Amino acid sequence: MALSTKTKAVLLGPLNKNNPVIVQVLGICSALAVTSKLEPSLVMAIAVTVVVAFANVIISLLRKTIPNRIRIIVQLVVAAALVTIVSEVLKAFAYDVNKQLSVFVGLIVTNCILMGRLEAFALGNGPWPSFLDGIGNGLGYGWILVAVGFFRELLGSGTLLGHQVIPQALYDAGYENNGLMMLAPMAILLVACIIWIQRGKNKELQEETN
Amino acid sequence: MKALRKYLDKIKPNFEEGGKLHWLYSTYDAFETFLFVPNTTSKSGVHIHDARDSKRTMIIVVLALVPALLIGMYNVGLQHYLAIGQDVAFLTKFFYGFLAVLPHIVVSYVVGLGIEFAMAQVKKEEVAEGFLVTGILIPMIVPVDTPLWMIAVATAFAVIFAKEVFGGTGYNIFNVALITRAFLFFSYPSKMSGDQVWVRTASTFGMGNGSVIDGYSGATPLGQIATTEAGSFADFTFHGITGQPLSISDMFFGFIPGSIGEVSPIAILLGAALLIATGVGSWKTMLSVFLGGLAAVLLVNVFAQNAIMEMPVHYHFLLGGFAFGAVFMATDPVTSARTEKGKWIYGFLIGLLAVTIRVFNPGYPEGMMLAILFMNAFAPLIDFYVIDANIKRRAKRVTAMVK
Repeated sequence: MALSTKTKAVLLGPLNKNNPVIVQVLGICSALAVTSKLEPSLVMAIAVTVVVAFANVIISLLRKTIPNRIRIIVQLVVAAALVTIVSEVLKAFAYDVNKQLSVFVGLIVTNCILMGRLEAFALGNGPWPSFLDGIGNGLGYGWILVAVGFFRELLGSGTLLGHQVIPQALYDAGYENNGLMMLAPMAILLVACIIWIQRGKNKELQEETN
Repeated sequence: MKALRKYLDKIKPNFEEGGKLHWLYSTYDAFETFLFVPNTTSKSGVHIHDARDSKRTMIIVVLALVPALLIGMYNVGLQHYLAIGQDVAFLTKFFYGFLAVLPHIVVSYVVGLGIEFAMAQVKKEEVAEGFLVTGILIPMIVPVDTPLWMIAVATAFAVIFAKEVFGGTGYNIFNVALITRAFLFFSYPSKMSGDQVWVRTASTFGMGNGSVIDGYSGATPLGQIATTEAGSFADFTFHGITGQPLSISDMFFGFIPGSIGEVSPIAILLGAALLIATGVGSWKTMLSVFLGGLAAVLLVNVFAQNAIMEMPVHYHFLLGGFAFGAVFMATDPVTSARTEKGKWIYGFLIGLLAVTIRVFNPGYPEGMMLAILFMNAFAPLIDFYVIDANIKRRAKRVTAMVK
C-alpha cells in the first residue's frame, strides 16, 4: 500500500519533527512517571496509541453532529469511555503492570496529547486521516517513553523487561546500579538529551540566537 | 623561562590559522596563558586592568584548599591505622593518605579537564579556568572510599549537565562540585552515606595491610548523633572509630571520620584567612552562613526534644561540612548572590537551611550540600529584589528632589 505524501506527513510527522513530547512538550508528566521500567513504558505507549487513535476516529465520525459549544464535554466522554475500556483490559490481562501504572492509566483522559489531537485534528478531518494521526501521535509519544524507559531500566536496575542484562561479573568488579535513574529528575534529563540530539539534527527546529 | 618562551613561540605557527595543528589551538592557548601572562590588550574603550585575572583567582582558591587537603590526607592515614590497630610514624600515615587520595584527584582532573578541553576545542573558544578549583574540590567532598569510576561518571555528568549546557565557566547556576556530590549521593547512596565509607580500611598500593580491630565503627559524629538512642545531649558522647571519646580539639584539628577536606576546621580557617586577605572570597557570605546557622541552632535548642536538637552550636560548626561549605562552596562567585546585601541574605539562609536539614531530617545527617544547592537556585532571585529595592529607593529620592 503506497501512502500519499499527505498521509505520510500525518502518520510520520509526529515521530520526529512534530513529536508531541519533544517538540510540543506535551504529556511530560506521564513520561516522567511511568518510565522507570521498560515494561510499563511499553504498555503505556500502546494504551495511549489505542486511545488516541480510536477517540480520533469516533470524534471524527461525530464531528458534523457535535454542537460546537459542548464539544469538549463530548470529547471527554468519548475519551473517558475508551480509557475505561483500556483500564479494564489491563486489569484483566496485565494486572501487575496496571498496578505499576497506577493512576496514570486513568489520567490518559487528561493527557494533553489526546485532547490536543481531538481538538486540532479530528474535528476537522475524516475518520481515516484521523485514525492515522492518532496512531502517529501515539507512536511519537510511545517511542520517547520506550527510549527513556530503556535507559532508565538498563542503568537503574541493570535489567530489561525484568531480565538481568548487565552481567554479574560487572557487579563483582564493583559496578553499581544508578539510583538516580529511578528518580524522576533523571527522566527529564533523558528527555532533554533526546531533545538535544533531535534539535542538533534538525536545523529548522532550532530557535534563532540573537 | 626564556627557553620555554622560545619553544612556545617556535611551535605557535603550527596552531595558528593555516597551521596543521590549528584544530588544537584552544589547547595551545590554554597552556600558553597558563605559563605566561598574556600580552594581549583591549583595543577599544577605557579599561582598568589588574593582574588578578581568573587564572590567578582560581590558583588562590586552590592554595587556600591545600591546608585542608594536607590535613585531610593525614587524617585518612590516621583513621586507617587506628582502624587496623597499628601504631606507625607520622609520615607513614600521611603517605598512606596521600596514596589513597591521589587517584581521586587524578581521575577528577583528567575527566573534567578532558571534557573542558574537548568542549572548548569544538566551540573554538579559549579553555576556561573554572575546573581548576572544581577538580580539587570534588575529591575533597566525597568519602575516601568512593570508587574511582563513580567519581569519573559523576564528574562527567556535572561538567556536562551543570556547566557546559549552560554555557561553560561563569554561566552555571549550580556549583559544579556540589552537583558532582549530589549525583553520587542520589545515584549510589550506599557508597556516599552510612558508616562504612568514611574510613579506608583496605590497603592502598600494598600499604597498610591489616584487618579491622574489634569494636570498630566508622560512623561520622553527625551520623552518630542522628541515629543515637540517647534521649538528651547530656547522655550522649561522640566517639571515634575505635570507641574512644572525641574531644573538641580532635574535631577542631580534624582527627575524626568524614569526607577528606571537611574534617579540619583549623585548616579551613587558614584557607578562609587567605581568601579574605586576597579578596577572592567574600567575608560577608562566610560570616552570614555562620550567623544563619547560629540563629537556627539557638532556635532549635530552645524547643529541643532530642539529642541532636540539644546539640550546642559549636558542634554544628565543627562537625560535618558546615565550615567547608561556608568558606569554599557558598562563596563561589558564579553561583552565589552578587549584590552585597544579597550575600548576607544568601549566606544566612544557607546556614539556616543546613542546620534545619541536619536536625529535622533523619535521612540526611548532613545538610550543607543540599542547603547550598537549594540557595544557588535562589541567588538570582535575591539579587533581583535587592537591585529592585535599590532602584525604587533611588527613584523615590529623585522624585522627592524634583518636587
